[in-house]
Amino acid sequence: MKEIERQYRHPPDLYQEGEIASDIRTEELTLNMGPQHPSTHGVLRVVLQTDGELVLKATPYIGYLHRCAEKIAEKVSYRQFTPYTDRLDYLAAMNNNLGFALAVEKLGGIEVPARAEYLRVIFGELNRIASHLVATGCYGLDMGAFTPFVYCFREREYILDLFEAACGARLTYSYITIGGVREDLPEGWIGRCRAFLDYLEPKIVEYNNLLSYNHIFINRSGNVGVCSRELALAYGLTGSCLRGSGVEWDLRKATPYCRYNEFDFDIPVGRGEKGTVGDCWDRYFVRIQEMVQSVRIIRQALDKLTDGPVQAKVPRVVKLPPGEIYYEVENPRGQLGFHLVSEGGASPYRLKIRGPSFCNLSILPVVARNCLLADISAFLGSLDVVMGEVDR
Amino acid sequence: MTPSEIIEILKPHEGDGIVSAAADGTHPHVVVKAQRLAAVAAVLKTDWRLRFDLLRCISAIDWPAQNGVELSYDLISTSLGHAFAVKVMLDRADPQVESVAGVWPAAEWHEREAFDLMGVTFLRHPDLRRILLPEDWVGHPLRKDYPYPVAYKGLKLNP
Repeated sequence: MKEIERQYRHPPDLYQEGEIASDIRTEELTLNMGPQHPSTHGVLRVVLQTDGELVLKATPYIGYLHRCAEKIAEKVSYRQFTPYTDRLDYLAAMNNNLGFALAVEKLGGIEVPARAEYLRVIFGELNRIASHLVATGCYGLDMGAFTPFVYCFREREYILDLFEAACGARLTYSYITIGGVREDLPEGWIGRCRAFLDYLEPKIVEYNNLLSYNHIFINRSGNVGVCSRELALAYGLTGSCLRGSGVEWDLRKATPYCRYNEFDFDIPVGRGEKGTVGDCWDRYFVRIQEMVQSVRIIRQALDKLTDGPVQAKVPRVVKLPPGEIYYEVENPRGQLGFHLVSEGGASPYRLKIRGPSFCNLSILPVVARNCLLADISAFLGSLDVVMGEVDR
Repeated sequence: MTPSEIIEILKPHEGDGIVSAAADGTHPHVVVKAQRLAAVAAVLKTDWRLRFDLLRCISAIDWPAQNGVELSYDLISTSLGHAFAVKVMLDRADPQVESVAGVWPAAEWHEREAFDLMGVTFLRHPDLRRILLPEDWVGHPLRKDYPYPVAYKGLKLNP
């Protein structure tokens, strides 16, 4: 038993002390992980320098999905850029739409009607749940559990149906536009949404029983890929990755937008329940808890939903006054920022997009140093990066 | 802390290093001299009244009319909850500035991106190379006068 434990559960520092390495002659091996690899969640290539099972160095190579979104922004009008934001973080297109719309509205001084603001909250939070469901399911898949993946995608399907009913699209919505949302809700939508929330809540308990408290899963993710609070802040981690490291920081609370200040919800943070604060399990579990909070927010927003217009009076060709703004919203993956510089024309002079996954991924070389090869996919999965946003 | 208070704290440290300051508007910031950036960054990070622990973004903006490339460092403090930005204006022909990766390691990738897409050189950067584009790419696409490539490795691109 002791022997097996040494073989499979040895902490990496055993290697450094030379206890294991001393009696075996090993050669360093350069291993290419990706660009096509199931656990890199897209086209990410990581070059791993390994010594046996130990990773000495990990160098990520990104850019495979670079589509020059920032250059395109300088050539199209403000309204025309909304569909491009869909394709940044394609698992949370609503939130991307919202971030861009808010940046334009804040710079242009456009007031959004109350109904549209609540609708934005509802759709943003629904998309957060959908995105976290993908993260949860895929993380189970990375850890070798197939069933939760299928369950999560089943629930996500209901959200996509709700989105389809409201705006016709299932992935790239362009629903939240400058000045409000594109259309009002179809008949019976609110009832369907409430029914879905009632259906989802017990399912989250089910995920916990299936995956979160699963012994094998905890062994694979607890105490693995630990990002301390200081490290997470230094590398600009945001969203559930930062909160997983125990930092209680959420833009919806810190600088509320879209009337988030009217809602009652908590910020879940990592507490090191199954290991150390900031390990993979903490980041994973923060997402599970955030789904519960999102359900709370949607319920309150549905109650508050007032009648009225869903679009402010915005001219067909949006022209912004000269000026600049840096605006961030809390996306499922972290803070999505738009640095918008206007020279008064009908298109941005410069639009810099801060993708949260881009910053979250930059911590990989630091954490991957001296960790086990199998833990790389555990760590990457817990970061939950979407390459569309990393490469833009 | 309001932007004007932040500027007041910075002034004694960097009296002559501050080129201009904007406390109002949609993007409060100070513009500092490029050679003073690293020192200002250290003050912003460590001063107990400021404590900007999270570097959110580094945006590079090309201004051919003013013959400059502007860098905007957007910061936020997760402990104190305030946000601010620092800017530098660099010479467009040869933009060079000290890296702040030593103060905020998050800058490492942001600076690589600015180097890649805008051609800004960051001195004493730990690993300055292209990040989004291939290593052999010519030019910096986010420059306003970037000539669109007609071919890449023998592959013709549509105009």
